[in-house]
Amino acid sequence: MNEIKAPRGGSNYQWVGKNTPRPDGVDKVTGRARYGDDMIVPGMLHGKILRSPHAHAKIQSIDTSKAEMLDGVKAVVTSADIPDHPMAQPPYPPIVNDFHDISRNVMAREKVLYDGHPVAAVAAISEEIARDAIKLIKVEYKVLPHILDPHEAAQPEAIVLHDDLFTYGVDPTPTKPSNVFRIMGGERGDVDAGFAEADLVIEREFSSQPVHQGYIEPMACIATTSEDGAVELWTSTQGHFVQRTLLSKLLNMEMAKIRVTASEIGGGFGGKTTIYAEPVAIRLSQKTGRPVRMTMTRSEVFRATGPTVGSKTRIKVGMRKDGTITAGDAEIWYQAGAFKGSPIGRAVDTFFSPYTVANCKAIAYDVCVNRPKVAAYRAPGATMACYPMESVVNELAKELGLDPVDVRLTNAVKEGDESLMGTKHGRIGLVEVLEAVKEHPHYNAPLGDNQGRGFAVGYWLHGGGLSSAAVNLMDDGTVGVATGNPDIGGSRSSMRAMAAEELGIDVELVKPIIADTGSLGFSYLTAGSRTTYATGMAVVNATREVINKLRALAAKKWDIPLEDVRWDSGQAIPADSYKDIKPLRLKELAGIATSMGGPVAGHSEINASGQGATFCAQLVDVEIDPDTGFTSPKRHTVFQDAGRAISPDYVEGQMQGGAVQGIGWALNEEYIYNDKALLENTGFLDYRMPVASDVPMIDTVIIEVPNPNHPYGVRGVGEPPLVSAPAAVANAVENAIGRTMSDLPLSPPKILAALHTQASGDD
Amino acid sequence: MARHLINATVNGDHVEFVCSTGQTLLDVLRSELHLTGTKNGCGTGDCGACTVVLNGRPINACLVLGAELDDAEIETIEGMAKGGELHPLQQKFLDHAALQCGVCTPGILKMAQAYLETNPDPTETEVRFALAGNLCRCTGYDKIVRAVMDAAAEMRASNYE
Repeated sequence: MNEIKAPRGGSNYQWVGKNTPRPDGVDKVTGRARYGDDMIVPGMLHGKILRSPHAHAKIQSIDTSKAEMLDGVKAVVTSADIPDHPMAQPPYPPIVNDFHDISRNVMAREKVLYDGHPVAAVAAISEEIARDAIKLIKVEYKVLPHILDPHEAAQPEAIVLHDDLFTYGVDPTPTKPSNVFRIMGGERGDVDAGFAEADLVIEREFSSQPVHQGYIEPMACIATTSEDGAVELWTSTQGHFVQRTLLSKLLNMEMAKIRVTASEIGGGFGGKTTIYAEPVAIRLSQKTGRPVRMTMTRSEVFRATGPTVGSKTRIKVGMRKDGTITAGDAEIWYQAGAFKGSPIGRAVDTFFSPYTVANCKAIAYDVCVNRPKVAAYRAPGATMACYPMESVVNELAKELGLDPVDVRLTNAVKEGDESLMGTKHGRIGLVEVLEAVKEHPHYNAPLGDNQGRGFAVGYWLHGGGLSSAAVNLMDDGTVGVATGNPDIGGSRSSMRAMAAEELGIDVELVKPIIADTGSLGFSYLTAGSRTTYATGMAVVNATREVINKLRALAAKKWDIPLEDVRWDSGQAIPADSYKDIKPLRLKELAGIATSMGGPVAGHSEINASGQGATFCAQLVDVEIDPDTGFTSPKRHTVFQDAGRAISPDYVEGQMQGGAVQGIGWALNEEYIYNDKALLENTGFLDYRMPVASDVPMIDTVIIEVPNPNHPYGVRGVGEPPLVSAPAAVANAVENAIGRTMSDLPLSPPKILAALHTQASGDD
Repeated sequence: MARHLINATVNGDHVEFVCSTGQTLLDVLRSELHLTGTKNGCGTGDCGACTVVLNGRPINACLVLGAELDDAEIETIEGMAKGGELHPLQQKFLDHAALQCGVCTPGILKMAQAYLETNPDPTETEVRFALAGNLCRCTGYDKIVRAVMDAAAEMRASNYE
């Protein structure tokens, strides 16, 4: 069952909050929608990448001559074809885009740093020839020892990946290179005194494994270059404007010469927020003068594109008998992969943020290891910090005989409270979310044999940032809405609903599109749950500009002052004093616009802020098969403050999809590296994501605590469900087997082992 | 590699194509016939994005060779809507918001269509197992299962052929 808890009084909106047919729906159910690999360009060549068969090795030499001589091969590129860049220097922003690293990640230079690291690439007249050609490239390697575990890699004696990387954030700066790029932390209050006040203190260690975003569409792009230096790129991405920036800087090209068009995108979840084969495709196209298409295989996606981080955590939390959390102390090591830059700031911010813990500190380490460079995965950096904290809070509540939801209510952050990283909360809905949990029938429903119920709450501070939109009125009264954010989960429906609501016209008269980088102002990624908030705000602004122009048009037509014309329900209406003037509908105004001054359009370019935080709680029931250790989720309810659900169906879809991704993360998904650090499960058969028969219906409760900073009250919705899902599932498993568990995924062998230990009474 | 001249029927139309021995039905559909509605998610038969109906049975197009297809009858997503009318499954997927990114949708629709022909009145569990070979990473399957059940009910009520 899905329900919406709307603010008292409801709303009088015509389209916002209503489910309307999605504008891209028909093309997607008929196969007409074109994704990255669905474009065919005349004269197109096929690009293929040769990848490292070693986890860590020095490249001694590369001989491409035999590949170049193969009939049908048109070009070969290596790192010599990708410009090098100096290392980024401090002070570093929260997310470092170091082109020294990006250059080496798209094509290995001195060393290969993970299994699957690109070493060379070819373009040929067929995929078959391209595949044959890369086998003819001869690379001499000197294999080096590797390291995979982030905690081990952070130790002083560890094998070091980068001789030129010195830990930032410690004083004095070390003289010895390290795998630890950066240490971030936050502290408030007196942590020792806080622990002294506690009636119970629990300290535990946890780990989680990197998991892949698992988008069903592998990365694909087509680069076309012309002799005048212009580049056109068609690509499956979460941010074509960001790609343009990265490509321009990496390849030393003028931004205006790179025009990027985002294809339909077959899932991203954070994984398609950077560049991989795109610069290689451009270089191959430049060398051949022909379009080059590059599509990854699933195996390449697993071996070489960023998963989320794996983690090790040590956490200590103290609680009084009344449930008050008196102190927290957490330390977490994040696997950045082969290059620096994991989302450790989010870890520091996530641990204690749902709670008003007076005394707490958190430290996070960004550590390089011989695995692909991490990418974002839906609430990047938050999930692996939420899991240990929520586990310990649940354990404290249990030991003290307290209700787990009451404990959260006792400590819940409210308006005016601050997160550890200094975000001062505006109007937030954590209390409303927790109250909805307590009121829900799931909360006290009986459990069967071998079943357990889990609970967790997660926090996500949404993204805001740069967004652009254009709204174009056509002669016949229909409206085009262009934004620069690829639509991953139905955002076009929301953009359209907001524009139609503002204009007061039928939603079907509004056609939303995703514009290319040459057609609109810069728009940051579709990521961080920012699109409906930030880009939605730009759409509202641009629509209001259209409305103001239509008011002006009506004022001109009627020869009355602009301030005497208002816009309501799709028409320009004169002030009451003009009794003889009849209102003009949008369609009528559109018809006379061109003859009375010109076309009507509006645009908006903003740097959105005020997006605020969302809290998402989950209740999960699982059943364990004591013979196999297999866990079956039986019931799952997601409670989330959406601010306002513009398109409720798609808000529910985000909550349900995030919950199931969390089930996979908690129970099953992990990479299996062999003793040479080569990935052994490079396909969906062995990297097993949840399938339809693994999961139950996912019930949702949308709580609407409108965000006062958005014209319709929007918060983001995509990230929060994945913050708390693994913690809630893990808690359910613990309660089902009566045992604490600390290493995700809780796969059948681990559960069997725990059950066995329990049976033999051996702790 | 050897080349093969194949005559087959795709969505009711006779087609003739030449393929190499290594090309799969998926390669043929996408690269030779330019029917890109059938998606390539893995190429190893694990994700179901390339599900089409071959001689009446749902299969992964990435696991069948083009050279095997002489006289075959193939139905793809491009042939599912008839005469400008969406198939009830397609309509119900829209009504239930059963897609987000949509890349798994063509395969799931073809699988569901073939399954409902063998079992027009499935339970939720039966639908879940019928679709267990089709990965969706966006939706959590909830709305997909509801859409298939609802389409089945409508097809039963209207004796949909």
